[in-house]
Amino acid sequence: MSIPFTLNGKPTVYEGSAMDRLSDILRRDFQCPGVKSGCNEGECGACSVILDGVLVNACMVAAGRAYGTEIVTIEGFRETAQFAVLDQAFGETGAVQCGFCTPGMILAAACILQKNPDPTETEIRDGLSGNMCRCTGYNAIVNAVALAAKEGRGLW
Amino acid sequence: MADISKPVVKLDHSSKVRGQAVYLADHPMDGVLVGKTLRSDRARAKILSVAVPALPVGYVVADWRDVPGRNGVCIIDYDMPVFAEGTVEFIGDPIAIVAGPDEGEVLRILEEIRVEYEELEPVLDMEQSETEFYNFGYEKGEVDRAFHEADRVYEEVLETGYQEHGYLETNAIQAVVEGEKIRIRGSIQCPYYVQKAVAEVMGVPAEQVQVVQDVTGGGFGGKEDYPSILASRAAVVARKAGKPVRLVYDRREDMAYTAKRHPTKSRYRAAVKDGRVTAMEIDVLYNAGAYKTLSMVVLQRGTICANGVYNIPNLCVRGRAMKTNTVPCGAFRGFGAPQTFFAAEMVMAHIAKDLGIDPLAFKVAHLAKQGDETSTKGKYHFPVPLQAMSEKLVEASGYWEKRKRYVNQSKGRYRRGIGCSFSYHGAGFTGTGERDKIKAKAALEKRPDGRVEILTAGAEMGQGIFTTFAKIVAKELDLPLDRIIITLPDTDRVPDSGPTVASRSIVVVGELLRRAAIRLKEEWREGECQRVEEHFQQPDWQIPFDYATFQGDPYPTYSWGAHCVEVEIDTYTGEQKVLGAWGCYDVGTPIDETVVIGQMEGGFMQGIGYAHMEQMNYDHRGRIRSVSYSDYTMPTAMDVPKLEILLHVEKYPEGPYGAKGAGELPIVGVPGAYVNALEQAVGANFCHIPVTMEDTLQAGEGAGA
Repeated sequence: MSIPFTLNGKPTVYEGSAMDRLSDILRRDFQCPGVKSGCNEGECGACSVILDGVLVNACMVAAGRAYGTEIVTIEGFRETAQFAVLDQAFGETGAVQCGFCTPGMILAAACILQKNPDPTETEIRDGLSGNMCRCTGYNAIVNAVALAAKEGRGLW
Repeated sequence: MADISKPVVKLDHSSKVRGQAVYLADHPMDGVLVGKTLRSDRARAKILSVAVPALPVGYVVADWRDVPGRNGVCIIDYDMPVFAEGTVEFIGDPIAIVAGPDEGEVLRILEEIRVEYEELEPVLDMEQSETEFYNFGYEKGEVDRAFHEADRVYEEVLETGYQEHGYLETNAIQAVVEGEKIRIRGSIQCPYYVQKAVAEVMGVPAEQVQVVQDVTGGGFGGKEDYPSILASRAAVVARKAGKPVRLVYDRREDMAYTAKRHPTKSRYRAAVKDGRVTAMEIDVLYNAGAYKTLSMVVLQRGTICANGVYNIPNLCVRGRAMKTNTVPCGAFRGFGAPQTFFAAEMVMAHIAKDLGIDPLAFKVAHLAKQGDETSTKGKYHFPVPLQAMSEKLVEASGYWEKRKRYVNQSKGRYRRGIGCSFSYHGAGFTGTGERDKIKAKAALEKRPDGRVEILTAGAEMGQGIFTTFAKIVAKELDLPLDRIIITLPDTDRVPDSGPTVASRSIVVVGELLRRAAIRLKEEWREGECQRVEEHFQQPDWQIPFDYATFQGDPYPTYSWGAHCVEVEIDTYTGEQKVLGAWGCYDVGTPIDETVVIGQMEGGFMQGIGYAHMEQMNYDHRGRIRSVSYSDYTMPTAMDVPKLEILLHVEKYPEGPYGAKGAGELPIVGVPGAYVNALEQAVGANFCHIPVTMEDTLQAGEGAGA
């Protein structure tokens, strides 16, 4: 079937089964390798994308659910002013190690700040808790989000 | 680069943060076949027959008969077959690989293969095992006399469980045979290990095998030996198919069938005289699993540090790695040491409590000092700063005040506790391994435009060596960082600087690069191509280590760790909450403070997981039970709200700018501090990890909560 949706600001159509996994089709058919497959069962958050403003695990979303929605992946988000602030903050605090969780973490961070431009540390940790990182111990990522909130004041 | 420790933005930051770093699975499948593995579902059996259905055009099945060279993967021994031949030894032992263009079709073929077994009785309990893969021991002082003269003798049995690496990117390898050349790429810690293993399996000289590391999503030891195994299989299938074959494990496959931290069971006897531990008699069993893999060297390291950081004058230690019909264990950050450090820390804490002394004070009184003899009659040649580090830790955590306050808790629902532990880690290969086995080489190549390329086999997997290597070279050459080139290693281009393991990269390879940079600067000729190469030399003051007697310096120097953890338990639910965690680490000069703190925080968190969250075991058939992130819980951002790292610097003269090993140190001692804190909160002793919620509840009831 034809599934129209907006990907990173551009209208597009997926021709395939509504039961296909969103993370698979984004990676394979829409050239979004920044959507990582870490577990394919909704636990690790490496495949996080923003669907109609909400952070979702793309591996847990059927393609049919994308019908008529707006989806943002790291490939689109990296062109924004908000990304530039997060990029700098992640770099400064050393929040990137192996990098596999990073695109998902960036999108999770964006959703935290979108909802609350001035979050407390607990709110940041809560907002990141669906995204696993085995390298950093999370401090650097939490600090990066706090720094981005400060440096990006007014952007969110 | 005036101050080498001053943080810079990592060299691989931009590509990773933008989602442009390409991991193996991100490459399009154009013409690449998908490979999936047929595995034994019996823990121990003879294979009577394997019936493969008719294959569609373009699909292949490869098994042991397709191995052109030796059907044994070179790790330390060759006992692990590329594909099972005649017998299977654990649930998951690979029998064949099916490869073809369509994944669905490959899986369908896999489903239709019928394997007939003659089942044999598996050995699942390491204490019942009659197959001792390795047995090491050493002794010093007069142990019998010390026990004879002791005021008290303590005896405890301590157990540690599996730990799964949990790297976010699963194991992934691709192989292709092009004429004479076999090309391997993927998620790899040790390119030259993979080259050697594949060459022997394929029956070709090593130079005919090219191994290229792709961006690697975490390793922690889990990609030390396993890629050699996976690449050997991939190469065999690729040869048969005549096309590239990619093997990317799914999470459940990775968790159930790839290496993990060895479970252990240790018996400790300790003699105490006049309030001091005078002797220890230690017997440690490591559950190696079905094949030897890296158990020999894991066991060596674990056995050597079985007395912890303490000066125990009379010591008798035995360590054995036992075969069971379970998944083969392997390397995991700490490499056998977290198990024995946990045991030593708990024994010391329990003796202290029994004597009515605070565990921290008791431990401090037993700390080894510079000049003391090590467990294996080597020497602590350099400062042992643990006492100073413990003072920093006490100040940051408020240990004494809290420890006293938590003694007299009201019998409320929530109880708190605080605990401390110590650890060390010796960087580099144990004994004379660096000098005799690894013989590291590292090179620099200057291009005519004045840019300098770093050539080593060092695998960047998140630990930051692109950045730290480049900083060392930039500093010596007095060049800006952007004039230094470093890329993922390719065995066709880089010298063998050894594997990216054992916390050795900075202290060994980093120092070679520093020396190479000094030479290049001296010989610098404008506008020309130049190459300099440096080779490892063992310091002449190191007391040679004898593997037969386990005597001498196992490591030239040590990095040091002191940890404090504060917990709160809910006595109704058993839930454990970390209120605060503090680590003080001496890794010598940090080559980049942010990189080092990132390593310490990440390792500390893995230690917290190991201590109480990460539970994995196998059922009565030998099948691993926790095979997904849903069943095997690793820490999230919510689990340790406060984690503070302090650095203490004792410069090591043989390391670059005084740097020592860093990567593994932070995980090694954490469980001892965690469980010590938990014990205070619960009011009971624990002798195993992970300590689960159920354990907390049960022990609480026993303690009359």
